[in-house]
Amino acid sequence: MDYSQFLAMKQEICLLVVFLLVFLNDTFLPGKSRNGIGVVTCVLFAMFTAWGFYSAVADNDAVAFAGMYVTSPVISAIKNILNVGVLIVLIQSLRWASTDAQAMRRGEFYELLLVTLFGMYLMISARHFLLFIIGLETASLPLAAMVAFDKNRYESREAAVKYILTAVFSSAIFLMGLSFVYALTGSLYFAQIGEALMFGTAFGTTNTVLLIIALAFVMAGMGFKLSLVPFHLWTADVYQGAPTPVTSYLSVISKGSAAFAFLVILWQAFGVVYAEAWEYMLYALIILTITVGNLFAIRQHNLKRFLAFSSVSQAGYIMLGIVSFEDMGVAALMYYILVYIFSNLAAFGVIGAVENATGKVDREDYNGLYKTNPRLAFTMMLAMFSLAGIPPFAGFFSKFFIFTSAISQGSVALYVLVFIALINTIVSLYYYLLVVKAMFIKTEEPCTVSTFRSALSERIGMSVCVLGIVLLGIVSCVYDSLLGVCGC
Amino acid sequence: MFSNILIYFVVIPLLMLAGLAFCRNIRQIRAVAVTGSLVLTALSVYLLVDYLGLRAAGADAPMLYTDSWAWFKPLNINLSVGVDGISVAMLLLSSIILLTGSFASWKIDQAKEFFLWLVLLTTGVFGFFISIDLFTMFMFYEVALIPMYLLIGVWGSGNKNYSAMKLTLMLMGGSAFLMLGLIGIYYHSAPDGSELTWNLLQIAENGSIDKGWQYFLFPMTFVGFGVLGAMFPFHTWSPDGHASAPTAVSMLHAGVLMKLGGYGCFRVSIYLMPEAANDLAWIFLILTGISVVYGAFSACVQTDLKYINAYSSVSHCGLVLFAILMLNTTAMTGAIMQMLSHGLMTALFFALIGMIYGRTHTRDIRQMGGLMKIMPFLAVCYVIAGMASLGLPGLSGFVAEMTIFIGSFQQGMADYLAGDGSLRLVFTIIACCSIVITAVYILRVVGKLLLGPVQDKHHLELTDATWWERTSTVVLILSVAAIGCFPNFFEDIIRFTFSEQIFTVIGMN
Repeated sequence: MDYSQFLAMKQEICLLVVFLLVFLNDTFLPGKSRNGIGVVTCVLFAMFTAWGFYSAVADNDAVAFAGMYVTSPVISAIKNILNVGVLIVLIQSLRWASTDAQAMRRGEFYELLLVTLFGMYLMISARHFLLFIIGLETASLPLAAMVAFDKNRYESREAAVKYILTAVFSSAIFLMGLSFVYALTGSLYFAQIGEALMFGTAFGTTNTVLLIIALAFVMAGMGFKLSLVPFHLWTADVYQGAPTPVTSYLSVISKGSAAFAFLVILWQAFGVVYAEAWEYMLYALIILTITVGNLFAIRQHNLKRFLAFSSVSQAGYIMLGIVSFEDMGVAALMYYILVYIFSNLAAFGVIGAVENATGKVDREDYNGLYKTNPRLAFTMMLAMFSLAGIPPFAGFFSKFFIFTSAISQGSVALYVLVFIALINTIVSLYYYLLVVKAMFIKTEEPCTVSTFRSALSERIGMSVCVLGIVLLGIVSCVYDSLLGVCGC
Repeated sequence: MFSNILIYFVVIPLLMLAGLAFCRNIRQIRAVAVTGSLVLTALSVYLLVDYLGLRAAGADAPMLYTDSWAWFKPLNINLSVGVDGISVAMLLLSSIILLTGSFASWKIDQAKEFFLWLVLLTTGVFGFFISIDLFTMFMFYEVALIPMYLLIGVWGSGNKNYSAMKLTLMLMGGSAFLMLGLIGIYYHSAPDGSELTWNLLQIAENGSIDKGWQYFLFPMTFVGFGVLGAMFPFHTWSPDGHASAPTAVSMLHAGVLMKLGGYGCFRVSIYLMPEAANDLAWIFLILTGISVVYGAFSACVQTDLKYINAYSSVSHCGLVLFAILMLNTTAMTGAIMQMLSHGLMTALFFALIGMIYGRTHTRDIRQMGGLMKIMPFLAVCYVIAGMASLGLPGLSGFVAEMTIFIGSFQQGMADYLAGDGSLRLVFTIIACCSIVITAVYILRVVGKLLLGPVQDKHHLELTDATWWERTSTVVLILSVAAIGCFPNFFEDIIRFTFSEQIFTVIGMN
């Protein structure tokens, strides 16, 4: 065996090193010095992230394990994007992890988190369904433990049970779909599936009914991960029940990695049967996801549930990057994920800070927040505007680009699809403005959240997010370099 | 980049924003706001003079001061600027209204936040008027819309929550149409194989949007901008929004922001897709014709001063879109004049209403009367504004409406004689009726509000205008009178734009 092919996996290996260092630190250091494990993890991970960007300059395409694993500039770019998000999540979680309730287990949180990230890396790099499933399971199962982390809270346990059941159920559906695919094509390599389907459809030997059923199963399986409607039902309860850092991790990192992996699977394995089998399936998923997510978000008062439904609809917008079949679509999708990470984490940063200080998470509690905590209110407003796609914030650019890329094929159906998505941005603007309204306009009664000073780590996390929201759009080189690695 | 004069229309507001962020008290805030808007006004006057000089010296490009800086290169997005006579006039209008608006909100609460949002809004407005790149134009357009939500929601009065949300959502709904239209235009901006572009001038030059797509994209963009131009049936945000907004915001919104709609319809929809404009004009002529008459009738039955003026704005702005759709040089010149005239006049109205409301704490005309005796200065100004609105010669309204109706009638007769139906003619006649209805509601208000007995004896103790209020109104009245007295000068600024190439497609006369 040629061991040099492990070098292609340098990002995974480095992540593993970080994980082991944290693990050893947690296991062998004496009790007192273990308290600093959060900071240690943040520093190590920050170094890892910086190294990822540094080494990405020299990245080439590389293959390992007979094509099961690949890496390329695009793949390192999406991993780096996720790293940035994870770093912010880690920083934002410091305050929560340092509470006494977590004293015995704070190391575990970081270890589990790094393991799930490792699984997501494998999902992104996999070009064979076996490796993909390993990645998917590695990413899903520890997350259930993370969701259950506040084990003394009833909601947290309930959420964990819901999460693990849906995760396992969706994996089963996904595997069922895969077995059909294997029956049709005789391979689990993405590329070979694509070739087999191309020949099969060209000579009319593929059983189209079975193909459509197989694709429906595969899309349903991935739909659970991405919480696409109608597979979103777990989202709100899990987001509400999980500790806030876990919720933010679920909503951006887990979703971002799954979206990219979904794109790779659909394009590489099933791209050739797009028009025959899953074009309208995808349209229907996108329209349902955006619309239902938006309509349910309007009614939510708990901000975590609210952001859960908002993230459901955002997943629909991310899916719009898939319909283009061009480099521009990949770049738009990655850019959308990047901007979404910053915007959503800014929102969760504020929610987490307020929750840590006062335990309040309802929108009504935020009435008049601008009077008592103007900076938090301002951060939240920027996050809401960015999520709604208001210029000059980054969300506007990412939405515009993803719409532009979605239309690039120019068919009438695409115009209709984008039009529905655009109308939905108005609905989403309504509920994002409800939060802004609570903070800035409903100031008649004194705010129930009194003035407090948030922890240093929380302030750092939010400042990074605000910088990202303001700069990512206006500074065009971010998008340009993403498009650069996509091959344009 | 900074050698181009146009970029300063965005840079100065941004500097104002930065300056406001450091302000500690109300005096500093006023200083920044007034200085900034004075500089902007001076800059736009200088631009106007320089522009006319260049034109007189023989510069005959469709746009002057053009410049372009790459922004998102792979998508061909540039920061492209350039102005013609219309944009120059609009820039002047915007800076005057910002200046007078700053004076009108001299005593506002939470002044810092108020001016931050107000200046952000104007950044959007200025950016919109100097852009010739569809992407940046759209971006600035949206920048101008969103501050309205907070400005109305926080500083507004009456049913402000409802109005602010309604206004924001309806305008953003319009921009959803617009965004789809603009992306569609982008993908048809160049013949197959050559590089796509967002640049207005290049798209017009390429002329590669085929007729089928024009039929789809023209209504999209026209409705998109038309929502902001208060086109029937998408005008309902306007009365509620204007009635709830604080004074300076009503002034800017009715005075400038609604003009963005008319300007966009003209600059994007008609300029880029003249064939569809010619074929589909009848649909929108009917809608805008309804706006004109319906707005005027609605104004007649309102009792809230701001509602009266808001419906009057619907009527007058409807006239702008109506005239643009005549596709006739005279009518279009009238449309641009009407934009200027209505912008100044309605800003004057809203400023005065704000000042009266600040004293009497009511806007219901049934509860007021005889203000002429109590506050003669404000009352006289109100009469002047009213006279401008109903088209008294010597003031701006007369010039604009006269030009519009002459142009429309010409086009209507030409259509009729050419056997193209009499729709334009009929609707010109219907729209003309609005002049009479305008006189009805203006004179009704003047009679009830300013003349007659004093309704509430507490009003007898009220004082007349302060110096900053006088500054604000006098500047606006002088501008209204300037257009009224020197219409030729303003027509010269605008007219050159219509020369030659733009409308060769439809053989416009």
